[in-house]
Amino acid sequence: MKKLFSTQIVIPVDSNSVLQGALEVKHLLEETIRTYNLASQVSVVETGALGIYDQGVVLAVFPDDVYYGNVTPSDIQEIVTEHLLKGRVVKRLAIDRSLSSRRMVEKETGKSQQKIVLRNAGLIDPQSIDEYIARDGYAALAKALAMQPGEVIQVLTDSKLQGRGGAGFPTGLKWGMVAKEQSDEKYIVCNADEGEPGTFKDRLILEGDPHSIVEAMAIAGYATGAHIGIVYVRGEYVMSIARLKKAIADATAYGLLGDGILGTGFSFNLEVYRGGGAYVCGEEFALLESIENQRGEPRNKPPFPPQRGLFGKPTVVNNVETFANVPPILLNGSEWFRSFGTPSSAGTKVFSLSGDIVNRGIVEAPMGTTLRELVYDFGGGITGGRHIGFLQTGGSAGTVVSERELDVPLDFSSMKTSNVSLGSGVILVASEDVPLLPFLAEVAHFFWHESCGRCTPCREGTLQVKTILDALVSRTADPAALQRLSRLMNTFTNTSFCGLGQAVPLAFESALRNFPQVFEQALAASHVPEASAESV
Amino acid sequence: MEMRTLHVKINGRDYQVPDGSTILEAASAYANIEIPTLCYLEGISEEGACGVCVVDVKGTRNLPRACLTKVSEGMEIWTNTARVREARKINVELLLANHPTDCFTCERTENCDLRDLASELGVREVEFPRTRTEWLPIDNTSLSLVRDPNKCILCRRCVNVCAKVQSVYAIDIAGRGSNSTVSTFLNEGLGNVECVNCGQCLLVCPTGALTERSEIPDVWKVLGDPDKIVVVETAPAVRVAIGEEFGMPDGTQATGKMAAALRSLGFNKVFDTDFSADLTIMEEGFELIGRIKNGGTLPLITSCSPGWIKFAETFFPGVLDYVSSCKSPQQMFGTVTKTYWAEKMGFDPRKIVVVSVMPCTAKKFEKERPEMKTAFHYWQEKMSLKDEEAFNDVDFVLTTREAARMIREAGIDFANLPDEDFDKPLGESSGAGVIFGATGGVMEAALRTAYEVLTRKSLPRLDFEDVRGLEGMKSATIDIDGTPLRVAIANGLGNARILIEEVQKGESPYQFIEIMTCPGGCLGGGGQPLSNNPDIKKRRAEAIYREDAGKPIRKSHENPEIQEIYKDFLGEPNSEKAHHLLHTTYHDRSGE
Repeated sequence: MKKLFSTQIVIPVDSNSVLQGALEVKHLLEETIRTYNLASQVSVVETGALGIYDQGVVLAVFPDDVYYGNVTPSDIQEIVTEHLLKGRVVKRLAIDRSLSSRRMVEKETGKSQQKIVLRNAGLIDPQSIDEYIARDGYAALAKALAMQPGEVIQVLTDSKLQGRGGAGFPTGLKWGMVAKEQSDEKYIVCNADEGEPGTFKDRLILEGDPHSIVEAMAIAGYATGAHIGIVYVRGEYVMSIARLKKAIADATAYGLLGDGILGTGFSFNLEVYRGGGAYVCGEEFALLESIENQRGEPRNKPPFPPQRGLFGKPTVVNNVETFANVPPILLNGSEWFRSFGTPSSAGTKVFSLSGDIVNRGIVEAPMGTTLRELVYDFGGGITGGRHIGFLQTGGSAGTVVSERELDVPLDFSSMKTSNVSLGSGVILVASEDVPLLPFLAEVAHFFWHESCGRCTPCREGTLQVKTILDALVSRTADPAALQRLSRLMNTFTNTSFCGLGQAVPLAFESALRNFPQVFEQALAASHVPEASAESV
Repeated sequence: MEMRTLHVKINGRDYQVPDGSTILEAASAYANIEIPTLCYLEGISEEGACGVCVVDVKGTRNLPRACLTKVSEGMEIWTNTARVREARKINVELLLANHPTDCFTCERTENCDLRDLASELGVREVEFPRTRTEWLPIDNTSLSLVRDPNKCILCRRCVNVCAKVQSVYAIDIAGRGSNSTVSTFLNEGLGNVECVNCGQCLLVCPTGALTERSEIPDVWKVLGDPDKIVVVETAPAVRVAIGEEFGMPDGTQATGKMAAALRSLGFNKVFDTDFSADLTIMEEGFELIGRIKNGGTLPLITSCSPGWIKFAETFFPGVLDYVSSCKSPQQMFGTVTKTYWAEKMGFDPRKIVVVSVMPCTAKKFEKERPEMKTAFHYWQEKMSLKDEEAFNDVDFVLTTREAARMIREAGIDFANLPDEDFDKPLGESSGAGVIFGATGGVMEAALRTAYEVLTRKSLPRLDFEDVRGLEGMKSATIDIDGTPLRVAIANGLGNARILIEEVQKGESPYQFIEIMTCPGGCLGGGGQPLSNNPDIKKRRAEAIYREDAGKPIRKSHENPEIQEIYKDFLGEPNSEKAHHLLHTTYHDRSGE
């Protein structure tokens, strides 16, 4: 039986806050509480990130619902003596908002976050399996094990859950394909190689609620007939890896992984594989090649991973966020899940807000939330009260749009209907002070740097795109530069070997469409230097 | 089971094609459309890297690759839309923008796949600026091969041949994106890694990125030196391939024209490696007989293919005792020329220059092995030679291609030359020596002699059909007058690896194994003319067996010049003197 406390102080310890001194703050806080003999009344709870990314070390005091930001060790004495002893809020440290608290947003705008994926993040100690279980953790696995595998897949199919990595492939369909393959071995792989620039949601999920992934993968194993799962985690995500490993060890000790789970005949084992840091390894086949100790490069499709995946065996590859949706769907039903979102896209999406925006961080909102709501309601608007220059949605492999697109509801169909990509849920905001072309040149450099080099269009094409953008920035572009750029874009789309190369044009084509004058002005102002005018 | 057929439309016409065909295969076999490819090599390199073979398929967003995409029921394929032509052109343009423009002086100027493709696709202008700004260093570390990474278009054919056909894995892609290169372990260079110098990579390279280390300038230099006695020896597989370089039909026996052309180049004697192939058979045949009779190490494994020798030294040092101690015909020839022939003619061995024309790049490495200075050691005491005067048994090795280049450079109208004979005595050979050039040939040649020596009977039938053919691995049981001899043959080191692993485990059921490094044996060697004919090895093999069938003498031990060299100089096969001059040793390279 756990002890009851009158006050809880929640401190998010994730790889971001650790760098800003969260562990020092936590230790000093605990020590100071003991000094003042408050240890029997106040507990300090370590959680995953709250989704707030620009306020340093954050402390949340419950039930007072007070948030402190940019807390340093020198503030601890004051917080303990003023707030905990005397009940007076330390105003200079208090932050008047919280992305994790739906009340704050509701109070100001009437909009609320809808937490399915992030149901536990910031609320429980991610390293405590007991706290996860207390919040209905592993109940979905138990429920699934009492169903037929086909029924589990049917629930997912009915829920209309689609892959959250960017491609939006129906999860139930994917699982069904693997389930119907005859094979001596099948695999469940979680793609946690989060590498899309501007995306940081998977880390928050893994650090804040690792058991949700463990549970979902076990469910996937049961539904498809797989007994081995592998979480492929981006190498830099040290804390994600550590917490996942602890979660796997604890779940195994509780009989929730391993042989004969919950007294049934079902066995499932999980391993963590640390990625080497190449962007291309987020591509599902490159990721599988990497697990096979091969050079991380895509394979030809078809066959797709559900037919011939890891080591040639049928394989489910799903994104972290996709898996995190699975247990609530099983517990609450497909109809409940479909009640969120839009007709084309059920459920919620976790967005990563960054750039010139007041509330940088993570927000989970229903599919169909507009850019305006994300930027102005959840994001708090543009810093310094400035105007929007441009936005990039979906990641570097995403569209560059203008203020005109602010009212587009974001979901899986918004690319088709309004040329605004959802991708992995990146919302990168640039104020009017940010020049577009240098930004696009950065994007071009990124793709050039991360192209695996296998196919001609991507290997040579990214090099050419980079050259063109650099020339536009330095005003040295030749008159045919834009025509070349457009030829290249078609080549990427038509002939790149994998989805990564095929997605390169998204940013440039949309920028050309939405900001043609920027390109035209740069071209008009360009002078071709003598030396570079020679052609092949 | 009957093959299912699928209904597809290609460019608006209906076809029924077998299930499992790629678009490339279906278009070629049924619609008479040759979709252009660059990186593709059927069954070996199926990377989809170059992006040239793309086609339009109704209902797909992008342009699938014809080489990798299988046809499906009802598929509608368009191979010649504006979108397709533009995409192919741009991808070639992108490659050209990153490729040197020294085509005039490039070794592959006459047969560059990239250049052909650009021409075929009508690329008349490269709209993209040059992207190669730094020149990467040329890999000159190998004695056999030169690699110019600047000319590499990263098609990966070489990587796949090295790995999948040869199982050597000496090269792979290093680096990422536009910085990727084909490289060796730690970029040490081909000469410092496990590369066996076979040159199969060169044969599949579409550009001038891989070439042999040319010895043409050295050979011209000695040909112009009046103090030198320059002799040339030609390997069996050269005569059935060199005609291709001069527009003659594939599979032409050009033996007489080759002898005439080499004589025109100024070689003092035009000899034949077939002679020393007969000599090899005597030595190796008697080694086999000896091991069988005396319970020696079996199976005996042939040793004439230098790529295989380095492969064994590198990957299978444990089997070196099984390998015949015989030098290869090239090296026996060099030794015999500078000892027996020098003595017979009264020539100063230091003045003799031995040039060999080989279908092989590994022979350039072999001639530099430190063991291959036997003639020098033979003469050192007799002539009081100093150590620093040491000379190789074989001085220069030209590939078939290099020899042809010299003949062209000299303006010789090869195809219309009247046939000439080789010079005596080292130009006389049997049909057994000739078939060395084909996989299974050494085996058959050895069996012709071993049978007659072991049984003291005349062979009822000379042709051992069971050991012929281009399959990667063959095995047969030969009846030696009631005693079964189990033999196996492998060509291509990937196949060799399978047989040798059995030997290493002590599970080999064979008494005699022939290993040839290159697929098809020497006629498919890394020094042979480049060919687009998929049946080229078959044509060359047919020519070799025709040459054998037309020879008056077809057994090595019946070659009168061979009988004479034993009588006058060597004594018996496997005599002490023969051992000293014609046999060699190997060493473990696995730690290198």
